[in-house]
Amino acid sequence: MTRFLRPILVLIGFMLLSTSTLAETPFPTVQKASDEGAKCIEPTHEMRRNHMNYILHERDETMHEGVRNEPGSLAACIDCHVEPNEQGVVVDHDNKDHFCNGCHQYASVQIDCFQCHADRPQEYIKRSSHTSSIKDQLQQTLAASDASSEGVNQ
Amino acid sequence: MSKIEYTSVEGKSLPYFALLGGLAFMMLLAIGSVFYMEHEGHHVTGMTNQIVWGMPHVFAIFLIVAASGALNVASIASVFRKKIYEPMARLSALLALALLTGGLVVLLLDLGRPDRLIIAMTYYNFKSIFAWNIILYTGFFGFVGAYLWTMMDHNVYKFKPYAGFSAFVWRLILTTGTGSIFGFLVARSAYDAALMAPMFIIMSFSFGLAIFLLVLMATYKWNNMELGDAVVNRLRNLLGVFVAAVLYFTAVYHVTNLYATQHHDVEKFLLLDGGIFTNVFWVGEILIGGIIPLALIYAPGVKNCRTTLGLICTMIIIGGFSKIYTILIAGQAYPLEIFPGYEVTSSFYDGVVNSYTPSLPEILLGLGGIAMTLFIVAFALKVLRFLPVSLADSVADPHSAK
Amino acid sequence: MKDSKTTEEMNHSRREFLSKTAVAGTITIAPGVLLHSTAQASGNTSTKASDEEVSNKNRWGMLIDTAKCADGCTGCVDACNEENGLVGHDRPATDTQYIRKVTLKEKSTGHELSLPLMCQHCETAPCADVCPTGASFVRADGIALVDKHICIGCRYCMMACPYKARSFVHENVENQKLTAPRGKGTVEACTMCVTRVDNGGIPACVEACTAEDHNAMIFGDLNNPNSDISVALKEHGGKQLRPDLKLNTGVRYQGL
Repeated sequence: MTRFLRPILVLIGFMLLSTSTLAETPFPTVQKASDEGAKCIEPTHEMRRNHMNYILHERDETMHEGVRNEPGSLAACIDCHVEPNEQGVVVDHDNKDHFCNGCHQYASVQIDCFQCHADRPQEYIKRSSHTSSIKDQLQQTLAASDASSEGVNQ
Repeated sequence: MSKIEYTSVEGKSLPYFALLGGLAFMMLLAIGSVFYMEHEGHHVTGMTNQIVWGMPHVFAIFLIVAASGALNVASIASVFRKKIYEPMARLSALLALALLTGGLVVLLLDLGRPDRLIIAMTYYNFKSIFAWNIILYTGFFGFVGAYLWTMMDHNVYKFKPYAGFSAFVWRLILTTGTGSIFGFLVARSAYDAALMAPMFIIMSFSFGLAIFLLVLMATYKWNNMELGDAVVNRLRNLLGVFVAAVLYFTAVYHVTNLYATQHHDVEKFLLLDGGIFTNVFWVGEILIGGIIPLALIYAPGVKNCRTTLGLICTMIIIGGFSKIYTILIAGQAYPLEIFPGYEVTSSFYDGVVNSYTPSLPEILLGLGGIAMTLFIVAFALKVLRFLPVSLADSVADPHSAK
Repeated sequence: MKDSKTTEEMNHSRREFLSKTAVAGTITIAPGVLLHSTAQASGNTSTKASDEEVSNKNRWGMLIDTAKCADGCTGCVDACNEENGLVGHDRPATDTQYIRKVTLKEKSTGHELSLPLMCQHCETAPCADVCPTGASFVRADGIALVDKHICIGCRYCMMACPYKARSFVHENVENQKLTAPRGKGTVEACTMCVTRVDNGGIPACVEACTAEDHNAMIFGDLNNPNSDISVALKEHGGKQLRPDLKLNTGVRYQGL
């Protein structure tokens, strides 16, 4: 009997241990919206639970049907909720202080929105002197093509 | 008919574990390559916006095509009732499944977003040949799996003819589908040919049988089991027919292209001034993959020489890779004809022949697919009874007067 | 940078999101909206309400007059890169290009001309046909797009496109533009500046070409006989590229 009991007890002990460590993980501090007086499109408890449904539904309507007035667009969430922190820095989506990432890290739910979408409002995104290199390449190629026409017969 | 006895390999020897270990190591390298490519993005590979499909696709397509061909032996046994092939049907089906797995894994791991496998399986565009192929591959696993089951379980043995026939039909459709991936690409001069589908079927016969023969000979040799000349020479002659057929289809493909004036430029590129591609075509595909093996198969002096046959199979496999390389890469290297009658230059490589240098991670990924195939076969041979205890002439073909 | 200036001025208006009004895109396309109000139903810009779905009543297209396209001018390309936040990495073989300038020299006469080449927005698009997941699709109003949410990065569309109009994102992307989400491992191409169009604007390349005073590009509704593009096409005609493929492209060329 003890032969069976021992592993089970060990297992239960393990589970208790792991839940207790989980409980100690502090609940993320969710960043406040940019305008304290403003209201979100739905009450907080609804948004906490179902925000992904709003985003997903409107994602397809916008992408395929061209409907552009969606109140629950990801851009609208970011625009209101991603703000400079106390140090005046707007963190990016990998940071645990990012509005989305705080909870998502806590809940271990991986999202890949920000592999494509801007994770900060546009005014906080610093862009380097981009497009210059494409432009330079283009002009180089055009210059080269003027110098010697090297096109292959088509 | 005497009952065939099957066995599994012992799989406790040092060489066996060394083989598994070596294959596992190759798979590890492939996994490392995948993480590297997916983490950095595809710019670390040789693939570009011009050559969008590269080495992983050469390996993947080769393995997928060969998978359907590896089923040959089983099909001849159960669909065409050739008794001599019957004992090898299990191994044939196993190899087919393993090859398809290896090929699909390579194809999947080269995707820009392999993490979206679930999307590939839940969103279907039924007009896409690629989407059909996803269904065809899944179906292949189902049909060949069921076929294997009917072969190995006496309770369902009576369904074997049906399972064998379905698997046979399905594999023909599958290879038609694979060939059609290219055949329907109207945009590119080298691809747009309905002949692609039947040519891929015949290629599958040849590549699949070459791999099957190699695996068969290696397995029986390493396990000191008897493999008679009757069986081997049958397969050898069959291989000769397939190699000749591939050469024939290749010739027809190019000659029909040469007949149409609009395809003269692309043919000139493939056959004469394509540089590396022309070399791969003539040396790799035609000479090493076609003419030399064909000559050796029918050469009288080496008729029963297993080493020569191993060499022949290896050459056919090299030729197969060369063939898919020339179809796939050369077809992309040749510039798109957007403005007929004009010389074209731009910042986006318009009007120039695109170059492609495969990178190491790509090749490692492809080799990992082959390693995975062989690992599956080696492991399955140990856990289940796939191999006839003996394939000596007296067992395999008692009627052959010898 | 024009955009950041605009956004700073409009920093205040960000708050208005909460009251369910402006779409985020409005910030960047403010000039387009202006255009919208003065050009009602001219067929030159969209007049659909922002909550309205696009329909096949419109077919958006572009007409390019190669005679007016100046050799060496890259105004449209620069505007496109700026609009979509396309950043080069000094790797021309893998860097994304939505639109490119192509120089042509007629073999028989030696006549030279240059033109911009981008996604031709085919009605029966090969990319949409071959896409296994349906990520490549043509919108009801004729704009060909990639739904990057379901693109698995197989690149079959790039194999199928007769114009080589598509690019694969070969590296990580950060700091994307609001209206141009793009990321590693997916395929992308000219969107005909779909957000601008939906909000009653015109594509950035056309805008730039007009601003340069070259006027080589006209944008508009091919289904509306009164639109500038339809009038010009009726008067002078316009060619499709690879007409043999019968793709009914949305982009047409004059002077080829």
